[in-house]
Amino acid sequence: MNDHAWILLGLFMAMLLVLARPMGIYISRVMTMWNHVTWVSGVEKAVFRACGIQRDEEMGWLRYALAVLLFNALGLLAVYALQRLQLWLPLNPQAMANVSPDSAFNTAVSFVTNTNWQSYGGESTMGYLIQMLGLTVQNFVSAATGIAVAIALIRGFARHSAAGIGNAWADIFRATIWILLPLSLLFALFLSSQGVIQNFATYQEVSTLDVTTYRAPKLDADGQALKDEQGNPVTEPASTTTQTLAMGPVASQEAIKMLGTNGGGFFNANSAHPFENPTPLVNFLQMLSIFLIPGGLCIAFGCIVGDERQGWTVFAAMALLFVSFAIGAITFEQQGNPLLATVGDTEATGVRTTALTDGNMEGKEARFGIADSALFATITTAASCGAVNAMHDSFTPLGGAVPLVMMQLGEVVFGGVGSGLYGMLIFAVMAVFIAGLMIGRTPEYLGKKIEAHEMKMTSIAILATPLLVLVGTAVAVMTEAGRAGIANPGAHGFAEILYAFSSAANNNGSAFAGLSANTPFYNVLLALAMWFGRFAVIVPVLAMAGSLAAKKRISVTAGTLPTHGPLFVTLLIGVVLLVGLLNYVPALALGPLVEHLMLWSTR
Amino acid sequence: MKKLLRPAVSLFVFLSVVTGLLYPMLVTGVARIAFPDAAAGSLIIRDGKPIGSALIGQDFSDPKYFWGRPSATAPQPYNAGASSGSNQGPLNPALVDAVKARVAALHAAGPGNRRPVPIDLVTASASGLDPHISPAAADYQVERVARTRHLEVKTVRQLLAENTEGRDLGVFGEPRVHVLKLNIALDAHPR
Repeated sequence: MNDHAWILLGLFMAMLLVLARPMGIYISRVMTMWNHVTWVSGVEKAVFRACGIQRDEEMGWLRYALAVLLFNALGLLAVYALQRLQLWLPLNPQAMANVSPDSAFNTAVSFVTNTNWQSYGGESTMGYLIQMLGLTVQNFVSAATGIAVAIALIRGFARHSAAGIGNAWADIFRATIWILLPLSLLFALFLSSQGVIQNFATYQEVSTLDVTTYRAPKLDADGQALKDEQGNPVTEPASTTTQTLAMGPVASQEAIKMLGTNGGGFFNANSAHPFENPTPLVNFLQMLSIFLIPGGLCIAFGCIVGDERQGWTVFAAMALLFVSFAIGAITFEQQGNPLLATVGDTEATGVRTTALTDGNMEGKEARFGIADSALFATITTAASCGAVNAMHDSFTPLGGAVPLVMMQLGEVVFGGVGSGLYGMLIFAVMAVFIAGLMIGRTPEYLGKKIEAHEMKMTSIAILATPLLVLVGTAVAVMTEAGRAGIANPGAHGFAEILYAFSSAANNNGSAFAGLSANTPFYNVLLALAMWFGRFAVIVPVLAMAGSLAAKKRISVTAGTLPTHGPLFVTLLIGVVLLVGLLNYVPALALGPLVEHLMLWSTR
Repeated sequence: MKKLLRPAVSLFVFLSVVTGLLYPMLVTGVARIAFPDAAAGSLIIRDGKPIGSALIGQDFSDPKYFWGRPSATAPQPYNAGASSGSNQGPLNPALVDAVKARVAALHAAGPGNRRPVPIDLVTASASGLDPHISPAAADYQVERVARTRHLEVKTVRQLLAENTEGRDLGVFGEPRVHVLKLNIALDAHPR
C-alpha cells in the first residue's frame, strides 16, 4: 500500500460515509411513506389503476414471493425472446445474428437474477435493442426486486402481529421509478459528459496512423476457420490501416449497471473499455455508485425499524470486512509477478529486464494502475456487481483470491442492491442464535423471537449457495466438457472453474474470463446456479419475513443481547467469516493458495 | 395466481417502456445536444477524416512512433470491435513467453537501451484498447523515437511532456501519456 492507495481508499470510505445516510433516509421514505406525497400519489394511482394493481393491498409472504417469481419469469421470457429474434428486430445496425439458444438462456437468467455473468462479448453479439429493451430493463427491475425483498424483510422486523409484508408491485415500481431511475439519469448524463458514448450509430471506421500487421485466421469457402491436423487454426499474414470503433447507447446502460450492482458490460472488456470508463475520475464515481444503494439500505433498515444504530452496526461490520480485504488486494497486486522480472536476453546476466516495483500490470489499464484496479476488484465482488476494470484472471494468486473470497462470503459485504442487506440480516439472525446458545437465552433480534422456523429458513438461505458452488465446481472438474473450457494450466485452471461457480451462484457476474464459458455445458449449468442462487435465497427470506411480521414484539429487558455496538459488530464479522469461509477453505487451498506457493518458489 | 398475472404483465410492460426505451432515448437526446463530441466517441479528425478516437488506443510497431500497451484482442491488436484482455494467469508459460518476445522486440528496435523495461510496456492491457502508457514507459522510448526521426531528444521530450497527464484531480488513477496524441504531434512536428 503506497500513499496513493491509502489516500484513495480513505477518500472512498469518507465519501461513502457521507452519502450513505441521505441515501438511506431517502430510500426509507420512498419505500414506506412516499404515497403521502400528493403528486407522487397521483402518478402512482394512475399507473396502478391502468395495471390493475391494488396499491394498498397487503400481501402475505407466499403471495409476495409468487408475485416476485412471476415478474422475474416474465423478464426471463422477454430477454430470451429478444435475443432469439434480434436479426428481425429494429435498432440492430450491425445486423448481429440471433443468439444461440443456450447462450440466450444463460444471458436471460443472468440478467434477471442480477448476476450479469456474460458468456458473450457485448459489442460482437448484442444489437442496441437487446442492450436497451432486454438488458437495461433487467438491470433496473432485478435491482428493484432486490430492494423490494430487502424492504419486505425489514417490514417483518418492524411490524408485529401483522398478516402482510407489503405489496410486491408497489415495491418494485417505487424502487425502479423513484430510486433507480432518477439516480441513473443523473449519472448517465455525467458519464456522457466525460466521454462515455451514447448514440445509435453504426460502428465507426477510422484510418489509423500506423499499419497493423497480424496473423488472420484462414477461412474456407463457407467462412469457417480452417484447422490443421492438430486442430489449431490456420493463420496467414495480414495487415490493416483501419480500426472499427464499436458504438452504441452505452452511458444509459453504464449508469444503472453500477447503481443496480448489475455489472454486465456493454462491451466485452466491461469497465476496462475506455468508452465505458474513460477516466480515473469516472472510475472513482463508478466505484462509489456500486456501494451507494447497498450502503444506503443499511441506514434505511435502521430508519424503518426505528433504531438507526441497528443500521450503522450492519454498515460497520460490512465496512470493516471491506477495508481489510481491499488492503489485501492492493498489497498483493503491488507485489507484481516475480516471473516477469528477469526474462529475455538479460536472463543470463541476472540484470532486471522489467521493473518489478511497478506491480502486476497484466490485464490492467495504464490510467487506473494498480491501486484503482485492485480497489475496483474488491468493491465489485464485495457488492454483487461484477463489473470489472481489470482482468481478474491475470491477478496475482492472492490478489485474485480476494475477489473470489468476497463472493464466497455470500455477497454480504454491502452486497447486491437489496440482496446484500437481506443476506447480511440472515447472518445477523445466525449471530444472535449462536450468541443465544452461548448465554443460554432464547435468541431475539429487534424484539422478535428467533425460533425453529426462522432458523430453518436461515439455514436454507445460507447453505444454498455453497452447495451450488461446490457441487457445480465438482461436476465441471470431473467432466470432459467442463475441463475443456479451462484456459490457464495448473492450479489456475481449477481456480477459473471455482470462480465461475462462485460468481454465478452468488449472483456476482465477474469472471476469471479465460474460461471458455460459451458452451452448452457451462451456459446451462451456470444458468441453473444463478437461478437457484438467487431464488433459493429470496423465497426463504420472504418466508422468514412473513413469520417475523406475524410475531408479537417482546420488550427489551436487562437480559436482552444488544444488537448494536462494537460487541455485536465483532460477533457478526466472526459469524460471516466462520460460516462463509470454512465452506471453501479446501477449495481455496487447491486453487489460489497452491498457485501462490508455486509462483514464489519457481523463481 | 390468475389475479397476479395481469398486474405482472402490465407492470412489466410499463417498466420496460420507461427504462428500456424512454430512458435511453432521453439520455441520447440530451447527450447529443449537450455533449455531441463525447457522445459520438471523441473522434479525432485530421484533414476532415476521422483518424481515431481520443479514448481508444491504436497499434504502433514502427520505431518512429511511441509504442503503446500490448493488446490481446483478436485477430488483430487494438481491435475496437472486440475488446479483450489476455486472461493469462501469472504462472502461465504463455505469459512469460509473450513478455520475453515483447522485451526482445523493444531491444531490437532500440539497441543499446538496456534499462529495465517498465512493466506496462510489456504486459497486455485489460481492454486491449488502452490509449495510455506510464510516463516511465514513454521515457524508455524517447531515444529510439528521436534517433529514428532525426529529432533532438529535447524536442521529443518536449512533445512527450505536452501529452502527459497527471492524476485526475491530483488523487485518482496514475500519471499517463496519451500515445496516439503524442504520435500525432510527432507527425505534425516540422523536421
